[in-house]
Amino acid sequence: MFPLVLKLRRLGLLAVSTLALLQAPAYAQLTIEITGAGANRIPVAIAEFGGETSAARVVTTVVRGDLERSGLFKMVDTNGMAMTEASTPVYDDWRSRGADALAAGSIGETPDGRKEARFRLFDVNKQSILGGSAFVTSKPMLRAAGHRIADMIYEKLTGEPGIFSTRVAYVVRASATRYELHISDADGQNEQVALISKEPIISPAWSPDGTRLAYVSFENKKPVVYAHSLASGKRIVVANFKGSNSAPAWSPDGRKLAVVLSKDGGSQIFTVNADGSGVQRLTTASAINTEPNFSPDGQSVYFTSDRGGSPQIYRVGVGGGEPQRVSFDGSYNVTPRLSPDGKSMAFISRREGSFRLSVMDLASRQVQVLTDSHKDESPSFSPNGRMILIATEQGGRGVLSAVSIDGRIKQRLSITAGDVREPAWGPFNK
Amino acid sequence: MKQLVIPAALILLIAACSSTREGSDQAAGGGAPVETRGGSGGVTTVTTGGVETRGLPAALTDPQSILSKRSVYFDYDSYEVKAEYKDLVTAHAKFLTDNRQFKILIQGNTDERGSREYNLALGQKRADAVKKMLALLGAREEQLESVSLGEEKPKNEGHDESAWAQNRRGDMLYTGEF
Repeated sequence: MFPLVLKLRRLGLLAVSTLALLQAPAYAQLTIEITGAGANRIPVAIAEFGGETSAARVVTTVVRGDLERSGLFKMVDTNGMAMTEASTPVYDDWRSRGADALAAGSIGETPDGRKEARFRLFDVNKQSILGGSAFVTSKPMLRAAGHRIADMIYEKLTGEPGIFSTRVAYVVRASATRYELHISDADGQNEQVALISKEPIISPAWSPDGTRLAYVSFENKKPVVYAHSLASGKRIVVANFKGSNSAPAWSPDGRKLAVVLSKDGGSQIFTVNADGSGVQRLTTASAINTEPNFSPDGQSVYFTSDRGGSPQIYRVGVGGGEPQRVSFDGSYNVTPRLSPDGKSMAFISRREGSFRLSVMDLASRQVQVLTDSHKDESPSFSPNGRMILIATEQGGRGVLSAVSIDGRIKQRLSITAGDVREPAWGPFNK
Repeated sequence: MKQLVIPAALILLIAACSSTREGSDQAAGGGAPVETRGGSGGVTTVTTGGVETRGLPAALTDPQSILSKRSVYFDYDSYEVKAEYKDLVTAHAKFLTDNRQFKILIQGNTDERGSREYNLALGQKRADAVKKMLALLGAREEQLESVSLGEEKPKNEGHDESAWAQNRRGDMLYTGEF
């Protein structure tokens, strides 16, 4: 496991960070820094969990860290107060501390030696119980229980599902001859390496069930599309035709991928079954056609094309037909990625010579530029649609950034060991 | 290779987890099992193989021979082989015509600006331009493959125009070099 250093500007978790550093091996660090937060953050108190001290500290830390990093919550100082789910809160006390909600819990042990993380969430103003649950896990996986608890608190208080139990994939360029495809929890912890290669790896895309990643690997001196089962490490060649094979995108049912092939000349979009069979051409214009992305209903494919003279975003039905142009503003609009509800589209727009994350409301065609950075790339939505993960550059190094769809909340994820690029946010943990 | 898998016993415990999602108050009851992901929390690390390179005839590697030169450079936003590279491409076309057992891989490259996948498509246009010229000059389709490395393999890792100019490039590799 890689250590995580929390640089929470508004909340000092120094003691916790120090502990994490002491426990973890001393190599690459993935750091998450909040650089912007929501305007109206919900004040929440997470009391120190009771039970076995070290386990309780892990869970308490994970829950607080998740909620704080989301930018939607303000952690109310609990003054080190321990409380369990069985305690009756002194509501007036918590109200005077400014908390709207309070969570308390404990870590117990099951008869077979696993850990049980229990918690309750209280509405401080209504003086009532909002909910509660218990999760059983092995001790090394206690963080997963913390993420589940944070997800429940998030959903209870915002009405939207939380994404703390999800995973992200990204590529680390450790050197010019070492590229690694990494998978980590959404908080950057629990980092695991799925692929090591001497040649570049780009465009990772999660299968809808979260078990596989499709990507482009250059290990054969040319771009070839693979589908990689994460648990087994088994890889299937999805497309290795003469010429280039790239830009994989899963259909929402996980049965097909859209890919870009140059086998017929130029760069054209095809669909192919996930086992590499059944190749069908989707675009016909003798121009660049690339970066396909399925709409969530599976009925359309959005893509980038220079058929009009400059790279712009178009949409075509999965059955083919005449594509409709979607982007009009500016001379360089690329990398369309549909939100989970299909109502908006993240993309990269060149503005004043800089490449910036933008979002279009598809009904009104209204565009909002979300960053003022220079080199944004590869957007992907969190599965609840609230955040967009991108690659960007800071001090000449590749870093990842998560930006809320209103542009207010910004987190930066960087790794000391090398360049980070090509992020992809995984689906909900079912 | 390192195995990073969660014990099978834990994987089996996932199913019941979602039943607690709605957050009915179960804090006091028996806990639902939890892991990071339904049956796939573990990730197995894979290391890719490489491509072996073999020896080539001296004519292709002798620094005195024009055939040792393999790169065609392109102007910004351009996909046309410039006149100054006509002799070079012609020499390679002649070699391929005289040596039908040889194949060539043309790798197109771009500078770093813009989307990686869009740049991959732009690099393909450059590789296709070189391929088309080789074919017009006598090389056979089965001797030629044009692919793109996009912005992924810069010759110069700098971030200014002089670096970018070196990266807008098509490279010709012979069998044994790729």
